[in-house]
Amino acid sequence: MGIVAIDKDAIQKMKPPVVHRGAIGWLKENLFNGVFNSILTLVFLAFLLKFVPPFIKWAFIDSVWFTTGAECKECPGACWSVVLKNLRFVIFGFYPHDLHWRPFGAMLLLFTLLFFSYHKRFWSKKLGYAWMIGLVAMGILMKGGIFWLTPVDSMKWGGLPLTLLLSVFGLAAAYPLGVILALGRDSHMPMIRYLSIGYIELIRGVPLISLLFMSSIIFPLFLPEGVTINKILRAQVAIILFTAAYVAEVVRGGLQGMSGGQYEAADALGLNYYQTMRLVILPQALKIVIPPTLSVLISAFKDTSLVVIIALYDFLLTSKTVIQHPEWNGFSTEMYLFVALMYFLGCFSMSNFSRKLEQELDTDKRS
Amino acid sequence: MTPSESEPKVPFWLDPGKRAIGFQIITCLMVGLLAWYLVNNTLVNMEKQSIASGFGFLEREAAFEIGESLIAYSASDSYAKALFVGVLNTLKVSFIGIILCLIIGLFIGVARLSTNWLVKKLAMIYIEVMQNIPVLLQLFFWYALFYEMFPSPRQALNPMAGLFLCNRGVALAVPASHPAYFQMFIALMIGLVLGFGLKRWVKKRKFTTGRDFPVLWPFLGLSLGLPLLVWVLHGAPMQMDVPELKGFNFQGGIMLSPEFFALLLGLVIYTSAFVAEAVRAGIQAVSRGQTEAAMSIGLKKKHILNLVILPQALRVIIPPLTSQMLNLTKNSSLAIAIGYPDFVSVANTTINQTGQSIEGVAMIMACYLVFSVSTSIFMNWYNKKSKLVER
Repeated sequence: MGIVAIDKDAIQKMKPPVVHRGAIGWLKENLFNGVFNSILTLVFLAFLLKFVPPFIKWAFIDSVWFTTGAECKECPGACWSVVLKNLRFVIFGFYPHDLHWRPFGAMLLLFTLLFFSYHKRFWSKKLGYAWMIGLVAMGILMKGGIFWLTPVDSMKWGGLPLTLLLSVFGLAAAYPLGVILALGRDSHMPMIRYLSIGYIELIRGVPLISLLFMSSIIFPLFLPEGVTINKILRAQVAIILFTAAYVAEVVRGGLQGMSGGQYEAADALGLNYYQTMRLVILPQALKIVIPPTLSVLISAFKDTSLVVIIALYDFLLTSKTVIQHPEWNGFSTEMYLFVALMYFLGCFSMSNFSRKLEQELDTDKRS
Repeated sequence: MTPSESEPKVPFWLDPGKRAIGFQIITCLMVGLLAWYLVNNTLVNMEKQSIASGFGFLEREAAFEIGESLIAYSASDSYAKALFVGVLNTLKVSFIGIILCLIIGLFIGVARLSTNWLVKKLAMIYIEVMQNIPVLLQLFFWYALFYEMFPSPRQALNPMAGLFLCNRGVALAVPASHPAYFQMFIALMIGLVLGFGLKRWVKKRKFTTGRDFPVLWPFLGLSLGLPLLVWVLHGAPMQMDVPELKGFNFQGGIMLSPEFFALLLGLVIYTSAFVAEAVRAGIQAVSRGQTEAAMSIGLKKKHILNLVILPQALRVIIPPLTSQMLNLTKNSSLAIAIGYPDFVSVANTTINQTGQSIEGVAMIMACYLVFSVSTSIFMNWYNKKSKLVER
């Protein structure tokens, strides 16, 4: 053991590694590193200062919340009363006033199911059955007619429940259809492949509103005499047919991502086509396309707003109806901001969920 | 898989080849039956309601006005001409919209990757907010804002010289017509052709001799310099056609209607958020190692960007970008909700007036199918051109 000389002065002079930056350090690193970035920061700060404080003043400080339309017109700030005073109509549309608890219950049921589906630890077969029972129960609550519930004509459905119904049922029905179409497009049988390709490309090439027009003006002609299907159901069919084509393309991506070895392994086990798909291919293929499937879901949710064009009273149209009323005329900014916030919350939470899921399901990442 | 002679005979319903044929026949029969059933019902219904089928109505007089049109149109023209006006209006808003949303999307996509925290967060907020709000709601919002916030033409806002904002639309000053402008346009075209010719020559020379020749400056000089030269030769006309308030509305300049403006604004803001995401994903897809490798072989910074990063990023960016352009075109059909006379809106009026609903919807679908088929042809061509050649 030799003796090592220790230079105590050098140790004194050595600085510890930086583990913590102060606020100024953070600012220097993130906002003012370099001349160009400093100029950018100043320009954007000036921009924010010009627009944000007036907006806050308008939206919160000068605003009124519980007044009538006439009082609103006197007020310099935002008139949130237009939303709050008409909230029931905006949310429930023309649904009979004293029966509002029923669509409310249906929405509550839906949100409960969504809450449990959000956490992966609740995922099981039971949850699947709960969804099926839940969807039926929601339909019964809305429609009535059995048990002691008074029937409500579906022409009176509207507002948020209609938006949610169109998107939830739309996706629930479009998903299996889309998977079948994707399998058809991947099939070895030429006729089935061409039919699937034709369908998918035709639907993806046209805007949704042309399908909605078709459902509202041509579809009645397709049916035998005397048979009528109500407008909401027809729009629902159009949304399902539209979404299915997009789901199919997403699922096809997943099928193409499967290596040939998976098919060969299934063949080696002696599984037939149906077993191969159900037990080996689809579980893996569908898992890798969960994030893009969720973005299809998000666009389907946003696209339901297009039923406004064929005059279905969804969430957007009930809001639009309120601001066309003479008393509330001129407060569309407030109303549309509220509707935008609702849609944003729905879509944003879905896209966050998709990001979370992508990380959780990434089982290939081993290190 | 055909069974060989020595194998025991397989009954035909267990033979995969024959079974596949059976499945296909059954599927075709089912689809055929469904189609026959629907067509038959339709024919019966149309006969009952005495609706005539066919496209004969296109020749008849349209008898409705169209708010804005790129070609001369009056209510006494035929339906065919009215529909053509609609197609042109769709193309107009899509074309301008695509250009604007590419510019804004590129800008925000790059800002999303900025090292400046404030810029990065603002870009992120823009993308998240605009992507998650239905485009129809955005259209309603801008349209309502136009009517509620902007004053009447008399008190029109005038934020800068030659630009007026009022609830009748946006009035813009444009250069007054002068023969010089047409010749400048011709000069620009000639300049562009010469510029591209030069680019090809430089590339060819580089491939054969390896010698470099600057492209950018001569290219800019040709394409911008030639029109400028023509302009100066004409004595540099500076006359502007400034909009003026006459009666209840502006005269002169270009007048953009609130419908057009709201549609353009909504489509551009919505789609540019998606374009920005595509641009960001494309830039991030090029691994850092590529830049480092390019640096280690001693390429200059501009060459790294031009020869290594951009070609790889574009391969990832272009496919989602084309589908966003197509989405913008398809979404322009929402014009009907705020009253801009695009193709769908004109076709809808036609359907209401003539009752020719099947023909009308078929034309709408055919029109958009043409757009999407031409887009996918372009895409396939581009994919083939830029495909990664692996050996």
